Amino acid sequence: MKLTIPELAVVALVGPSGSGKSTFARKHFRGTEVLSSDFCRGLVSDDENSQAATNDAFEVLHFIASKRLAAGKLVVIDATNVQPEARKPIIALGREYHCLPVAIVFDLPEKLCQERNRTRPDRDFGPHVIRQQSQQLRRSLRGLEREGFRRVHVLRSPEEADAAEIVREPLWNNLKHEHGPFDIIGDVHGCFDELLDLLTKLGYSVEARSNGATSQSYSVRPPEGRKAIFLGDLVDRGPKIPDVLRLVMGMVEAGTAFCVPGNHDVKLMRKLRGKDVQITHGLAESLEQLNPESPEFRATVLEFIDELVSHYVLDDGKLVVAHAGMKEEMQGRGSGKVRDFALYGETTGETDEFGLPVRYNWAAEYRGRAMVVYGHTPVPQPDWLNRTINIDTGCVFGGSLTALRHPERELLSVPARATYAQPIKPLVAATAEATPSLTSQQIHDDLLDIDDVIGKRIVTTRLHHNVTVREENALAALEVISRFAANPKWLIYLPPTMSPTETTSLPGFLEYPTEVFAYYRREGVPRVVCEEKHMGSRAVVIVCRDEDAARRRFGVIGEGIGICYTRTGRRFFDDAKIETEFLKKIHTACDAAGFWEQFQTDWICLDAELMPWSAKAQELLRQQYAAVGAAAQASLSETVASLEHLAPKIGDALVLLERCKARLNAANLYVDAYRHYCWSVQSVSDLKLAPFHLLVTEGQVHVQKDHVWHMEKLGELCKASDGLLLATPYKQVDVTDAATVEEATRWWEELTAHGGEGMVVKPMDFIARGRRGLTQPAVKCRGPEYLRIIYGPEYLLPENLERLRSRSTSAKRSFALREFALGIEALERFVRNEPLRRVHECVFGVLALESEPVDPRL
Amino acid sequence: MLLTITYTGNPATDLGYLLHKSPSRVHSFEQVFGKAHVFYPETSPERCTAALLLEIDAIGLVRNRRGPSGEAHRLEQYVNDRPYAASSFLSVAIARTFGTAITGRSKERQKLAETPLPLETRIAVLPCRGGENLLRRLFEPLAYEVTALRHPLDTKFPEWGESAYFTVTLKAIVRLSDLLTHLYVLIPVLDDDKHYWVGDAEVEKLLRHGEGWLRDHPERELITNRYLKHQKRLAREALTRLIGEEEPEAEELAEIHTREEEAIEKPISLAEQRIGAVMAVLRISGAKRVLDLGCGEGRLLRELLKDKTFAEIVGLDVSHRVLEIAAQRLHLDNLPTMQKERIRLLHGSLTYRDARLAGYDAATVVEVIEHQDAPRLAAFERVLFEFAHPQTVVVTTPNVEYNVKFETLPAGKMRHKDHRFEWTRAEFQSWATKIAAQFGYSVRFLPIGPEDQTVGSPTQMGIFSRQ
Repeated sequence: MKLTIPELAVVALVGPSGSGKSTFARKHFRGTEVLSSDFCRGLVSDDENSQAATNDAFEVLHFIASKRLAAGKLVVIDATNVQPEARKPIIALGREYHCLPVAIVFDLPEKLCQERNRTRPDRDFGPHVIRQQSQQLRRSLRGLEREGFRRVHVLRSPEEADAAEIVREPLWNNLKHEHGPFDIIGDVHGCFDELLDLLTKLGYSVEARSNGATSQSYSVRPPEGRKAIFLGDLVDRGPKIPDVLRLVMGMVEAGTAFCVPGNHDVKLMRKLRGKDVQITHGLAESLEQLNPESPEFRATVLEFIDELVSHYVLDDGKLVVAHAGMKEEMQGRGSGKVRDFALYGETTGETDEFGLPVRYNWAAEYRGRAMVVYGHTPVPQPDWLNRTINIDTGCVFGGSLTALRHPERELLSVPARATYAQPIKPLVAATAEATPSLTSQQIHDDLLDIDDVIGKRIVTTRLHHNVTVREENALAALEVISRFAANPKWLIYLPPTMSPTETTSLPGFLEYPTEVFAYYRREGVPRVVCEEKHMGSRAVVIVCRDEDAARRRFGVIGEGIGICYTRTGRRFFDDAKIETEFLKKIHTACDAAGFWEQFQTDWICLDAELMPWSAKAQELLRQQYAAVGAAAQASLSETVASLEHLAPKIGDALVLLERCKARLNAANLYVDAYRHYCWSVQSVSDLKLAPFHLLVTEGQVHVQKDHVWHMEKLGELCKASDGLLLATPYKQVDVTDAATVEEATRWWEELTAHGGEGMVVKPMDFIARGRRGLTQPAVKCRGPEYLRIIYGPEYLLPENLERLRSRSTSAKRSFALREFALGIEALERFVRNEPLRRVHECVFGVLALESEPVDPRL
Repeated sequence: MLLTITYTGNPATDLGYLLHKSPSRVHSFEQVFGKAHVFYPETSPERCTAALLLEIDAIGLVRNRRGPSGEAHRLEQYVNDRPYAASSFLSVAIARTFGTAITGRSKERQKLAETPLPLETRIAVLPCRGGENLLRRLFEPLAYEVTALRHPLDTKFPEWGESAYFTVTLKAIVRLSDLLTHLYVLIPVLDDDKHYWVGDAEVEKLLRHGEGWLRDHPERELITNRYLKHQKRLAREALTRLIGEEEPEAEELAEIHTREEEAIEKPISLAEQRIGAVMAVLRISGAKRVLDLGCGEGRLLRELLKDKTFAEIVGLDVSHRVLEIAAQRLHLDNLPTMQKERIRLLHGSLTYRDARLAGYDAATVVEVIEHQDAPRLAAFERVLFEFAHPQTVVVTTPNVEYNVKFETLPAGKMRHKDHRFEWTRAEFQSWATKIAAQFGYSVRFLPIGPEDQTVGSPTQMGIFSRQ
C-alpha cells in the first residue's frame, strides 16, 4: 500500500500507545524528521514516561517542529494524537508554515496494542489507558479531514502497516528541475495583438490553425529550448480575450509555456461556475467575448484556470513566478494563504486617495535569494527591487506589454496599440514624482537597515568562501561608519590591508626583496609585478561622467560627480571646493584618454595613493612624527656636545659619545625620512594621485585583467592628465629567473636609497591561487630609511634590529586575504546591480575586520 | 635626555662630594627601562658641571611594557618622544642615582649639603604641556630664574609651528636636595604623564617630596592634579592632607565662606539646565515609554529612572564603550528587578533604520545632531521621524550665535572638536520646520540657559509633536 505525502508536510501519527507508531516512523523516516513526545519528555525530565512533563515536552516538540518547518523540512509528530485538542496545534503549525497537515492513522485492534504494551516494562499504565485511547481514536476517525488534515491514511491491520510504503510527492509548484531559459510575460488582459507582437519579438513563431468554422487554435514554436511563462490576468478589460486564452492554453498543453493564475482569471472562473460575483473591473468584456464561444470552450477555460498552480519555483530555486509576488517564507509552499498572496498580494488594510487598497510593500522587505518576477499592479517601468521585479507595464491601459528573459535579465516590451481601458489610478505613481529620477531600488537604498549589519555575520564571497565578521568587530565598525563615513551609496569598495614581506636576516635590513620573491615562488606563482610604493594616503576615487550619471548609477543626487574617500570610507577632503576641483581634473583626464568610450562606461572607480602624506596626516605629523624628531635632535645634539669635552680624557666617555653620535645621526635620518613625504599644499595643483588599480567600470570589475594591463591603462590616463595623476613605475619579474630577480632587487635598492618608501609586489594575475587557495594579492617591501618612521629613529642600531626581527606576518596575511575577498565581492555585487545592503555588507565587513588588533607596524 | 647641574662655589668640584659621584669617570647604572650615566663635562675649581644622561630602550618600552599605555597610547609606539624628553623616567633616575643627595645628606660635605648654593640646572629637553607660561608659574615661585628655549617642530616647515619641547635653564641659590626634589616632582607635572600606574602610594610620595614648599605654592592644585594623573579621589586626598593639617586662621576662614556662598549662587550648569528642560517637556507630553537617542554616559537616563512615570526607558548610543560606562554609572547590574526592567541600553546608529526603535511615546536627541555630517542628517531624519515615529521628539543643539559670549572660545571655533556644524537659531528653526512638515509633525522652540537679547540662549531646543 502506497501512502503519498507531500515532500513538505507536517505528518501526525495517530494511534494509541502500542499501535506501532514509533517502529513505523523509524522504518520510513529519517531520525531527524521524527519528533517523538516521549523523547521530548525525556529531554525535559530524564523520564520518557513522565506524565508531569507533558506540557513542557510538547512545548519543546512544537518549538523544534516550527524551526524545521520554517526551514522547509518535513516533520513527523510521533505522539498518540488521539484527542482533537492534541491535533489542533499540528493543524496550526501547518497553517503557520504553509504546509499540508497529513494524518497517518493506526487503527489496529485494541488487543494487539494491549499485548505489545505488556511486553514493555517501561509502560506501567493499566489497560484502561489504551482502551480509552482506542475509543478516542475511533471517535476521531471521521472528523480528521474536517479538522484540517488534507490527507488521511488509515492503516487497519498490522499487515497493512507492515506493507505500507511512503511516497513523497513533489509539490505542484516545484519546478526546480525546469531550467528554461524562460520568457516571462506580464499581464496580458486580452491584448492579443500585442501578445503576438511580443512573442514575435522574442523569436516565437505563431501559426493560426482553423479547426472548422467556429473553432481556431494556435501553434507556437518557441526559439530553441525556450519556454514562456505567463504571470496571469490573461482575461478581462482587453479586446481579444478568447484568443489570448486559446493561445496560452495551447502553449501550456503543448508544454511550451507555464502559466500562473491572476485574480481576474480566478474571478472569471468563479463567474463561469455560476458564483455570484460583481461584474466590475473588466469582467464584462470577458463575459461578452466568451458568450459567442461554445459551451465546450467555456468549460475548457474553466478547467484550465482551475488547474493553475498559485506560483512556481523554477531553475533550482533561483526563480519564482507569481501573479502578485511571493514572500520568501511562502515560496514553494502550499496553503490558502499562499494562494491568496499569489493572487492578490497583501494589503495594509488602508485605502489610498483613489479608494484602492494600499498594498503592503513586501518587495521592500524581501531578503530572499530567489528572484521573484510578478505583475498585478501596473507600473510605468519595470523596476528591480531587492531581487524582485514587477513587469506589468499596463498594456491594456495603453502602456506596453513586457517580457523578462531569464537568466539573461533582459527586458523586452512592445507598446500597446490602443488604450483599451482607463485605469482608476494614473500609471505614474505619486512617489515617482517626488524623486523623479531614482529607481525603486535606489529610493529603497537611501536608508540601510541595522539588521543587515549588526551581530555576527557570515559573508559569502566568490574568492574566499565564507568570511566571518565577529560581533565585537561589527560594533566597532558601526561606530566608525555612523560617525565618519560618507553616504553609503558611494562606498562600493574598501581596500584590504597589505602584509609586509617576511623579515629578512640580512644585516642592516628588516625587509628585503629576497623574501617576497621567495614567497611567490613557494606559492607556485612564476610572474610578479613590482610597483613603486608611494607614501601618501590610500584613496578610493569614483568619478562619473556627469551628475546625471552619479544619479543613475549610484542613486546619489546633489553630491557632485564623484567622491574621493579614505580606507575607512571617510570623505578625503573636508573642503567641498577642493574635492570638486580634484574630481574635475580626473574627469578631464578620462575625457582626454577616451576612457568613457573605451570602457563604454560613464563612471570609473580607482584604487590609488594620494600624496603628499602631510595632506591627510597633518595632525599625526605634528603630534607624533615631527615632535619626536624635534625632541630627538635637540636633546641628542646637546648630549653630544657635552660628551665631546670629556671624551679625550675618559675612555668610557668615548664609547658613550660614539653611541650618542650614532643616535643623533639616526634622528637626523629619521627627520629626512618623513620630510620626503611632506610638502605644503596650497591648492589642488600641489596634490598628486597615483592610481594603481582601475577597479571597475560599468558592467566590469577588472579583476580578470593582469596588473600590467592596469599599469598600462592607468599610464594612459596619467599621460592625459595635467599633472595631478602620477604614473607608477613598475617592473615585471620572473621569480624563477635569478637575473630578473637581481635586477628588481637593485631597482628596489635605488628607489629606497633616494627616499622611496619601497615597492609592492603583486602576482601578475589580479587573482592568483597558490598552494592553499588564494595567495596574497600584494606584499609590500619597505626601504630601511622609510622604516624609521615605523619602528623609530634608532631601529637600525644592532641591538634594536635583532629584537625587531621577531615578528609574525601570518595574522596580517590572513586578514589581507579576507578583506581582499570582501572588497572584490562588494564590487562584483555592485556591478550586478544588487541591492545596496548586499554591497554594504561586504564594505562593512572590511571595516569590521580592520578593527581587529593586528601589529600596526606591519 | 640630558640633565646637567652646575655649581659655581669654591671649590666648585665639591659638587662631586655632594652628589656622591666622582668626577673622574663615567658612572653607569642599569635601569628597568634603559641606562643612566653620570659624568662631568666640566670640572674646574670655579665651575663644575655634573650630567645625568638617560638612555631609554625604545624597543624595550614597546616590547616589555608593563605599565599604562601612556598619553594617547604613546608607550605602545616605537616612534615616541620618551627616549629624548624629560619625563617621569627622569624622576625615577634622579631618585635612584642621586638617592643620597636628594635626602640632603653628604658623607664628606654635610654642611654644604644643608646650605643654599648657587646652582644652575639645564634640561634638554623638557616637554611643557601648558607652554613657557606654566613653566614659569611652576619654578618662579620657588625663586628660580628661568630661561627657556622653545624648539620648532620642523625648521623645514615653519608653518607647522612650535613643538612642546624646551631646553630649560633654571638658576637659583638653593640647597641641592631642594633642587633635586623640585625637579623630581615638577618634571612629570610639566610633561603631564607617568609611565607607571598611579595609586595611593603616589600620594605619600607627593606629600613627602612636597614638604616645605608645595603647601604654599600658588599652583599646588595643578601640581597635585597632574602629579596624581588627574585622579580626582587621590588629588582630593592629597590636597586635604596638604592643607588641612593646620587650622585655618580667621581671615582665611572668612574667605572660604565667601567662596562657598559663591558656589551656591553660581547658576546651575548648562548641562543640568538642559536635562531639566528636557525632563519638563517629557513630563508635559505624557510620555511613558522614552527613547534617549545618543544617550552617552546616561545623564538623562539617570533622571528618567528617578521618575516612576517613565515606565520604559531605552538609551541608544553608537559607541559601545560609552554604553559600558553608562551601565556602570547607572549601576545597572545592581538595580532592583523592578527598576532594571524599566531600562535598557541599545547599541545602534542613527543612520540605519532600526525596528527596535519603533513604538515609543517620545524620543530625545540631546546634543547629538551636531555630531553628524550635515549631508548624513537626511538618513537620521528618516530613521527617527519616519520609522521610529514617536509621538514626541525633543532635539537640542548649540546655538552658534551665543558662542561670542564664551570668553575662552576663539572666534569662529566650534564648542567641541567633533562638532560637524553649529547652527544659528534661524538655521535650526528652518531645518526643524521643514522636517516637521515633511513627516507630519508640529514643532515649537524653547531656549535653554541664560537668554541674551541679541544672541539668544546657549542651547536651543525643538519640540516636535506628531499630528
